[in-house]
Amino acid sequence: MTDSTELLLSSTSAPSKGKRKAREFRENIIQTLLLFAAVSSVLVTFGIMEVLVGESFRFFINPELKEVGVENIWADFFNIKDPQWTVLFEEKHFGILTLLSSTLLTSAVALIVAVPVGTTVAIYLSEFAASSLREWLKPILELLAGVPSVVFGYFALNVISPYVRSFNENIPGFNRLSAGIAIGIAIIPIISSIAEDAMRAVPNQMREGSYALGSTRINTAINVILPAAFSGIVASYILGISRAVGETMIVAVAGGLQALYSWNPLEGAATISAYIVQVTLGDVPFGSLEYESIFAAGLTLALITLALNLIGFFLIKRFKETY
Amino acid sequence: MDRTTIAREKLKAEVVNFNFFYGNFHALKNINITVAEKQVTALIGPSGCGKSTLLRAFNRMHELYPGTRHEGQILLEGQDIMAKDVDPIEVRMRIGMVFQKPNPFPKSIYENIAYGLRIRGINKKSTLDERVEQALRGAALWDEVKDRLDKPGFSLSGGQQQRLCIARTLATSPEIILFDEPTSALDPIATNSIEELIQELRNQVTILIVTHNMQQATRVSDYTAFMYLGEVVEFDKTNFIFGSPTQQRTKDYISGQFG
Repeated sequence: MTDSTELLLSSTSAPSKGKRKAREFRENIIQTLLLFAAVSSVLVTFGIMEVLVGESFRFFINPELKEVGVENIWADFFNIKDPQWTVLFEEKHFGILTLLSSTLLTSAVALIVAVPVGTTVAIYLSEFAASSLREWLKPILELLAGVPSVVFGYFALNVISPYVRSFNENIPGFNRLSAGIAIGIAIIPIISSIAEDAMRAVPNQMREGSYALGSTRINTAINVILPAAFSGIVASYILGISRAVGETMIVAVAGGLQALYSWNPLEGAATISAYIVQVTLGDVPFGSLEYESIFAAGLTLALITLALNLIGFFLIKRFKETY
Repeated sequence: MDRTTIAREKLKAEVVNFNFFYGNFHALKNINITVAEKQVTALIGPSGCGKSTLLRAFNRMHELYPGTRHEGQILLEGQDIMAKDVDPIEVRMRIGMVFQKPNPFPKSIYENIAYGLRIRGINKKSTLDERVEQALRGAALWDEVKDRLDKPGFSLSGGQQQRLCIARTLATSPEIILFDEPTSALDPIATNSIEELIQELRNQVTILIVTHNMQQATRVSDYTAFMYLGEVVEFDKTNFIFGSPTQQRTKDYISGQFG
């Protein structure tokens, strides 16, 4: 018998008050450390929000705004009739819709690509593929999610964009269609993987019920499994959208960097995230109006993601099936 | 087995020298039973005796999972429905099934029943309305749900859900309905209503039921097959099986000496 087991035996066989106190003290320390670990991530999130909101606030009340010709910053920021984002020019305007249009446009293109493809892949993997095939196909697909987005950016610029331009030479090399398609490819694994998990979580008895009525596989998948897994599938879409809205490298590399208000995907223009990259990389002085503007833009982005997550949360709750 | 004669009743289905394997496991050994038309045939036996396996072979449910194999035939009106060239979907169109646990689809009560009709190409609203009502009446559920047909099937109680599943099967007018321990997840009152329903249905449709509740077999069935370790030990009219079984193992089982 080693010393440690002897110690253990003696402590269990003859409990004394002092040992109990020591044990409780140790457990308290461990508990506190665990609590600290849990709280720290929450604190970091609050810290980020504090910086975002604080700097944005400073931007909106900045007296310099008047000097550069902006009388009413709120009217200018939320200008939807004729939004302009001319922060780096002499005469400045801060119409966020200029950047937002690009963010929404690239995200929309991405979803048009990723939702049908991702859902189809999920249906195939969950309802059609043999388990042996699924076992190696799914990890490969998830590997795609691990490809750095800058790689997708150059893929958009060097492969997708030339292909798009082969239809019409006048389309610029940097265009939001190519960037959006690349984002779509990048988020396919998110959608397909989570949607597949949701569909596979549907109990087999549901499938058997459908097959027993004489249903085909495709009918069962679309009319029984999809509605049963709806909340999980919505969750996959929301996660995909959140990623698309915040996607940075792909749009910065391939989507164009001019702050241009346009809803034409064949034009290049900066998204919110691309603008932030551009300003951060440039020699904009710390604390200047231009510097603060990226926080106002970033806050907008954060609020959109928050809203999406809330919508997703309620949709998931609303359509959650209890089998 | 010798006393079994389906003289007065018409023979609906017949299992002939049927063997079934899960991988290397020989789950069903040389099964021979008959299924009389518009009668209730019960499969009883202890857990793992193969009664559910035999039931699920009737609509080829096992084909949804890999690793099974069979020999022999199951004849439906003389046609071998286990044959390779017979489409399992055709078989399932003719043979319905009700499961152990109620498994309504994530749809409204109405759509749960319309589903089976829609996949048969019936989409006309008036026809659907009529057949949905007919099926719900047939499953003794109409009065309880007629005012909330658009509510989800999950909103019903367990017993109602099971009757919904029976209605869903009835709507498609199957020739045989397979019941796989249909009351094992239900309370006694719901069980009672399902048993009554089965007795009402026996005049309309051929029924094959798996149960490990022997009282249930005596109450609802006309014929009973007692299965043990993948074999049919004894198959006869239900009153003979429970009144004067010829096999010692049957006697032991129905007197509760094992199970």
